[in-house]
Amino acid sequence: MAGIVIDGISKAFGNTVALAALDLAVADREFVALLGPSGCGKTTLLRIIAGLETATTGRVLIGGRDVTNLPPRARGLAMVFQNYAVFPHLRVCDNIAFGLKMARAERTRIDRQVARTAELLQLAPYLDRYPAQLSGGQRQRVAVARALAVEPALLLMDEPLSNLDALLRLDMRAELKDVLREAGTTTIYVTHDQTEAMALADRIAVLHGGRIEQIGSPSAIYHSPATRFVGSFVGSPPMNFLRADAGRLMGIRPEDIDLVDAGAGLPFRVSVVEPLGAQTLLTGTTDGQVVRVALPGEHVIAAGATLFLRPRPDRIRWMDAATGNALAQAAG
Amino acid sequence: MMRGRALPYLLVAPAFVFLAVLFCVPLVQTIALAFQTGTGFGLGNFVQMAEDLNFNDAVVNTFRLVGVAVPLQMLAALGMAVMLGHLRAGRDLVLWIWTIPLGLSDLAAGLVWLALLNDQGYLNTVLFHLGIINGPESWLTYETPMALFAAIVIAEIWRSTAIVMVVLVAGLQLVPKEYAEAASVFGASPWKIFLRVTLPLLKPSIQSALILRTVLAFEAFAVVLAIGGRNFPVLVSEAYTWQHFNQAPAIAAAYAVVVMGISLAATVVYLRVLRTPAAQRA
Amino acid sequence: MTTRRGIYLLGVVVLCAWVLVPIWLIAANALGGQALIAAWPKPLVPTQMSLDTLRVFLAIEGVGRALWISFEVAVLCMVFSVALGLPAGYALARYSFRGANVFRVMILLTRAFPVGILALPLTVGFIRLGLYDTALGVALMHTALALPFAVLVSASLFQAIPRELEEAAWVFGCTRLSAAWRVVLPLAAPGVVATAIFAFVISWNEVFAASVLSARNRTLTAYLLAVLADSPLTYQFAGGLLLIVPSVGFIFLVRRHLFAMWGIASR
Repeated sequence: MAGIVIDGISKAFGNTVALAALDLAVADREFVALLGPSGCGKTTLLRIIAGLETATTGRVLIGGRDVTNLPPRARGLAMVFQNYAVFPHLRVCDNIAFGLKMARAERTRIDRQVARTAELLQLAPYLDRYPAQLSGGQRQRVAVARALAVEPALLLMDEPLSNLDALLRLDMRAELKDVLREAGTTTIYVTHDQTEAMALADRIAVLHGGRIEQIGSPSAIYHSPATRFVGSFVGSPPMNFLRADAGRLMGIRPEDIDLVDAGAGLPFRVSVVEPLGAQTLLTGTTDGQVVRVALPGEHVIAAGATLFLRPRPDRIRWMDAATGNALAQAAG
Repeated sequence: MMRGRALPYLLVAPAFVFLAVLFCVPLVQTIALAFQTGTGFGLGNFVQMAEDLNFNDAVVNTFRLVGVAVPLQMLAALGMAVMLGHLRAGRDLVLWIWTIPLGLSDLAAGLVWLALLNDQGYLNTVLFHLGIINGPESWLTYETPMALFAAIVIAEIWRSTAIVMVVLVAGLQLVPKEYAEAASVFGASPWKIFLRVTLPLLKPSIQSALILRTVLAFEAFAVVLAIGGRNFPVLVSEAYTWQHFNQAPAIAAAYAVVVMGISLAATVVYLRVLRTPAAQRA
Repeated sequence: MTTRRGIYLLGVVVLCAWVLVPIWLIAANALGGQALIAAWPKPLVPTQMSLDTLRVFLAIEGVGRALWISFEVAVLCMVFSVALGLPAGYALARYSFRGANVFRVMILLTRAFPVGILALPLTVGFIRLGLYDTALGVALMHTALALPFAVLVSASLFQAIPRELEEAAWVFGCTRLSAAWRVVLPLAAPGVVATAIFAFVISWNEVFAASVLSARNRTLTAYLLAVLADSPLTYQFAGGLLLIVPSVGFIFLVRRHLFAMWGIASR
């Protein structure tokens, strides 16, 4: 088990900068999610940590040891790949044992680890099968078992759930959280899915354009976005940003807006009503700006109606309209 | 990671050096040899080549052979590819049978058809039983040029349609079924679908099949020698003759240069005429 | 709909016969025994089968030797093509490097030329190097024919193996070499075998270069070509049959890979 330090890592492909002098510290046994849209550099960062890609500048330290110039095999880590990368020519048990065999582990340890991780990921009945005989979800489990079997100092996961269908993804997410909590491995997890990051991580680092926009607990990321980008990327529907006075933007989450009596709030003309069951989602305009409102439960509201809105003051996040950065919240 | 950067070069180097030595060098040597005369460089070898009695025949025969065999092969291969699309049971068996000639040399093909077409061969046997001829009849001499030509064309088609078919079938497998289905939803008949959808999408495969086949057809000579002996000279058989029997490597090289020039020209023509514009690529 | 299907099926049967009947007839000719040689009109179904003709043919001075040399040359060509072609194909598939396109163009250029003809100027150099009239010399020339094919096919084989499998191997403790050995090669193996067999067939069938580069130590093709004019037809047919049999067998072995290989190699 080990902490990780990313020290001034940058990566340029020709003239395009994929990562700009990035710093990040991950504590021992911590689970950090790298969250961002495609092309933000999150996968590149993960691959640099793994040693599959070389950084242009900077250092990677795992457990205090500088591994920047070491090949992947010498870094003491394990990885779960997006398409699982389960070896199709090896049986499930040989896949799980692969890392230990490469490390020339003792036979007894290999057997014990294979049995333990197979048990943990409910793969025991499938140990003699080939990956082609497994479902997508089972292959995913093999990939996780193979990574955990080596008892790595650091576990890297690259969008491990993105190839699963929606229902299975929810199941696997919960299961993964359970398994990883038990294993207590330091984990860096790349995803573009904000709910996945929120559900799993101790801390989330939101990446955008090769930089870390914000790093913090899921709650901090959600409720106190440091930038306009974070507010609009995290949360579905995203945060509303309304023009206010003095070059400020008022950031407010759709569910932090209440309906009030006529005249007591901002007039809101509803254009679309989406009843989603747990929520009713309204889209409309206030003062010529598009606003989304999420009301709890079901409401009967006709498109074209005019309602009155009041943002909850304690939930408002003020932003600088020019820079997109959060302002000192005392101003609100 | 310096090793990482050098690695691809290390991996490619052996093959590169090999081809440089055994492809590029002889290519240059052939050209040099063809233009070398006793006194220096010139067209002497080409003049001597062109003045030879067989040269005109060789040129005409080569083009006749390629001009007749290659289009027929394309048509036959397209037909075979389409038929395969309609087969369910036994498709693998049929494919294997149809691709057998792929493994045969042009010499073997020549010998096979010689067995069928010689005076005492099976064709004459059949013709005799049908009452068309009364006894052994020669078809493969200089006195029967049309029959001889037909025999060689047939042997060429028999041997090398398979390769065209394989390239086309491989190409067809890359064309998604959805296109044809979309066309049929919009009311196109099977024939129209073939003509307007399948064929245009198959153009890259047709192009590479044509290049492959044409270059190989210019190269064919053993089939010609096996069936016609020296009665049907083609460019490569003449090169072989000059090298082997006349001990005149320079003239043989001149022939080689002509063959390579024609092959290259044909390739360029195919690349241009059957070009798929970048915007149309799937 | 059923008539159309009927027509297709008829076409398929006719075309199968078109391929098989001539092979059957040369076999009948070669295996028909002494009686068949002079017989006319020939029986379409041979009255007797015997290996006499084949045995006599094989006993002819030089035939057995030619057969052996053909085999030797083809095996050498196969080994060279795979040994040189696999690494190059791997590099093309996995790395983008300066000069990769030069190499690609070189490979494609070999397609626009009848490569066998390039044996002509090699005789002089081969005599000097002691390669003339040796199996090794002919095999080298045949490798020039088969290598571009081997490079293209293996490049596509490796391309079809997800890079992530290899990366996973590295992460889990493999060096580049051991990852290639433990993960890439097992997955590419069937295709590699097919490529090797094809290199064998290319060499086995080659006539021109083999004839030009040898005088006494001839391959079977070169031998048959040299004696075309002055050997009895039956022996020629026996030789033809000997040429055909291994090729047909090999095509059968690689039949599953034919399309992948040629489809790729001719892009």
